[in-house]
Amino acid sequence: MKERSNFLRRVLDWVIKIVATLSALFGIMILIWILFEVGRRGAQAMSFNFFTKLPTPPGVPGGGVANAIVGSLAMVALAGFISVPIGLLAGVYLSEFGKDTKFGSSVKFVISVMMGIPSIILGLFIYTLVVIPTKHFSGYAGALALALIMIPIIARTSEDMLTLVPNSLRESALALGAPRWKVIIQILFRSAKAGLITGVILAVARVSGETAPLLFTALNSPYWMRSLNQPTANLTMTIFNYAMSPYRDWQRIAWGASLLIVIVVLALNIFTRFILRESKR
Amino acid sequence: MAINYEKKIQREQWELKQASFSSHARLKKESRVFKEDPFFRYLSALCASFILVIMLGILIELYRHSHLSITTFGIKFIYTSAWDPVKKEFGALASIYGTLISTLIAMLIAVPLSLVISLFLTELAPPIITKPVGYAIELLAAIPSIIYGMWGLFVFAPFMSGYIQPALSNNLGFLPLFQGPPMGIGILTAGIILSFMILPFITAMMRDVFKMVPAVVKESAYGMGATTWEVTSKVTMRYGLSGLVGASFLGLGRAIGETMAVTFVIGNYRQISASLFSAGNTIASTLANEFAEATEPLYLSSLLQLGLILFLITIMIQALTQLWLIRIQKGIGKL
Amino acid sequence: MSGEGLEKKAMAMRELDWPIRDESSIPDLEIPSRISVRNLNFFYGNKQALFNNNLEIAVNKVTAIIGPSGCGKSTHIRVYNRIYELYRDQRAEGEVILDGENILSPGYNVIELRRKVGMIFQRPTTFPMSVYENIAYGLRLHYKLNQSEIFERVEDALKRAVLWEEAKEVLDQPATSLSGGQQQRLCIARAIAVEPEVLLMDEPTSAIDPIATAKIEELIESLKQKYTMVIVTHNMQQAARISDFTAFFYEGHIVEFGATRQIFTKPKKKQTEDYITGRFG
Repeated sequence: MKERSNFLRRVLDWVIKIVATLSALFGIMILIWILFEVGRRGAQAMSFNFFTKLPTPPGVPGGGVANAIVGSLAMVALAGFISVPIGLLAGVYLSEFGKDTKFGSSVKFVISVMMGIPSIILGLFIYTLVVIPTKHFSGYAGALALALIMIPIIARTSEDMLTLVPNSLRESALALGAPRWKVIIQILFRSAKAGLITGVILAVARVSGETAPLLFTALNSPYWMRSLNQPTANLTMTIFNYAMSPYRDWQRIAWGASLLIVIVVLALNIFTRFILRESKR
Repeated sequence: MAINYEKKIQREQWELKQASFSSHARLKKESRVFKEDPFFRYLSALCASFILVIMLGILIELYRHSHLSITTFGIKFIYTSAWDPVKKEFGALASIYGTLISTLIAMLIAVPLSLVISLFLTELAPPIITKPVGYAIELLAAIPSIIYGMWGLFVFAPFMSGYIQPALSNNLGFLPLFQGPPMGIGILTAGIILSFMILPFITAMMRDVFKMVPAVVKESAYGMGATTWEVTSKVTMRYGLSGLVGASFLGLGRAIGETMAVTFVIGNYRQISASLFSAGNTIASTLANEFAEATEPLYLSSLLQLGLILFLITIMIQALTQLWLIRIQKGIGKL
Repeated sequence: MSGEGLEKKAMAMRELDWPIRDESSIPDLEIPSRISVRNLNFFYGNKQALFNNNLEIAVNKVTAIIGPSGCGKSTHIRVYNRIYELYRDQRAEGEVILDGENILSPGYNVIELRRKVGMIFQRPTTFPMSVYENIAYGLRLHYKLNQSEIFERVEDALKRAVLWEEAKEVLDQPATSLSGGQQQRLCIARAIAVEPEVLLMDEPTSAIDPIATAKIEELIESLKQKYTMVIVTHNMQQAARISDFTAFFYEGHIVEFGATRQIFTKPKKKQTEDYITGRFG
């Protein structure tokens, strides 16, 4: 029997190990590179004005993204108000009532598919559904588009978290004489609280940085938000518009807004880790 | 005696209390709820079906609004590369081409990289390193696409045009792939940025696949004197092959619809060129860039038809991947 | 209902024309029964798990249900509070008569049933709330009480479960801060707070250490003065120690039922004798 050379085998093994380690380092390097550049360039833009003033025309100093911050907050908050009840209840259905039903499996399947749909398509959908009939762009449309992104995420995480709760807890609450809905709302939600909240926060973090769905719905605006029923200023569209412009000061503001978003998104993600760890105690 | 008497009084009082508990405190609800109240069940089922309704709605709406373009151009739309708003001639080919090529580049880079990185995380690294590195990779996934776009346009594209593209041009310039001026932005750069974006997704899922391989299987292979790579390639990968494939397809799905990162760096030029250095377009970037100008009905309808095409492609990839993953789950269950 | 009334009722029921059943399984109690089981059959989907069960559960006595694993003991008592209805493919046919009514009939008030028939599970299933709230929860489900009334009854329940001394300092702590044995007694307190008639216990001490087990067995002994108890156990010594009547189950059939002393010293069936002497199971 011909033996494979031991030496070659070990060399191959070492080569792969080195390649793997370098690749991991490569991945880390990219992350660091991105964070570094965003941090460096974004920090240059951050000032008191940045956070408190309205945008100014290119060349005019002292402009800021205050209205965009408010607009983004408002739209994400509204999206949350819409998507959390719907997503949570859908998750409840899948976990409590719909297991082993054809309907439940189809909904699960569709949720997985929907999570993979590009957000730009969801924006287009709201455009055709809301913007065209009402004949104007609005922050409401933007919030709706964001909500469509959040709903499947919240439904999925809620279902997962509720399923983790052991059946014995459900049974003991039922055995005490609680009706099904009370068992779910008063016992199960409390038991899965950390996981459910984490799901919502992750969904919020996800849409905070979304641009594509706002392209056709909320657009952008240089003014303070009077009502959500008109184009609404927001951070991500500001970045898009300013970055593509030829003006240096606008580009700098785009970096500042980018840094702001990165900080918020990373902070939310890290925060969820913290919540989950605390709840295990 | 006194103590017993006191106890007796206490007991009588206790019993009286018990009796009073029973009689009037039980008033709370006239037991109107005999059966389980189905209201909550229907409400939650309604929310679940809402999701189905949305998917259907997207299909309907996109079709409705691309109807004009569909009837005007017919099937030619898919393989025509002309795109002229003035002459009102629209064809999707250039956008489709750009989408496919950039996604292909992204997959070629990201899949092998993800494979070895997840190998690193599950087999090679001690836990002290695995946790932070794994976490760092997850953070990469959380970074929004527009940030990748910013970084791509202002940092990475100049890097490409300054170092990578000249290097490719000098060494491999005989290939039509690497000809043309090193502008920085273009299909190649877009593909590379895409690969960075889908890398964390694919890595995370491949990690899960590797973890699912039972330790006994790996241990027996090691016990026979196999090297780490041999265990991985012959045992682990074969065991989890379908899972690895599924992970790659999920990454594919993400890359195809990616908008902002690509829009920033792809150059937005309507052309089909053999060179990767050239500017191009994807369906998503076309939508992002030209929507604002599309005031004319046929123009808008054509854009929406592009959207419909992207929607259908995505649905197909996602549905097939999900079905594939379900099959794997069932297979593992049987083992 | 007083003892006399129950006895009359029991006699009256025996005079009714019941369908023919296996002579050895007619429980011949000389004292009134709280629950009467008639021809109970139970199915998991298409698979039958209980076959023509007939049983009488005596008032204010402890009835033990023994048998090898998987013989249907838990399945049987889970019919008494219809807890199996949580699972769609499980169903029961036959009659289970409590206070003169068949609890399996469609119009029966399940919520009230579950107040009257309490259940303790194998592992302590405390709710994710404080010690106090665990007990208050059941009270609020069924009664309209003010704060001080609730407190009184919580204290009362804890005293009856012999947990007051250990728990009174930690009422506001999460229930999980109690030890395993204490948590199990908390579950007992929770069940008796709503004034049940029957307590079902499904292997209540199998997950508890021996010292805590002894405490709970003592508690069971004292509780039977007020409540009717049914205990599923795989521990025959326990059954012999604490029960007044014993039913021996095998593969979904009730093989033998009678006074505990008789079952353990002079079993009528060979199968019973084999099980008790350890020849199988």
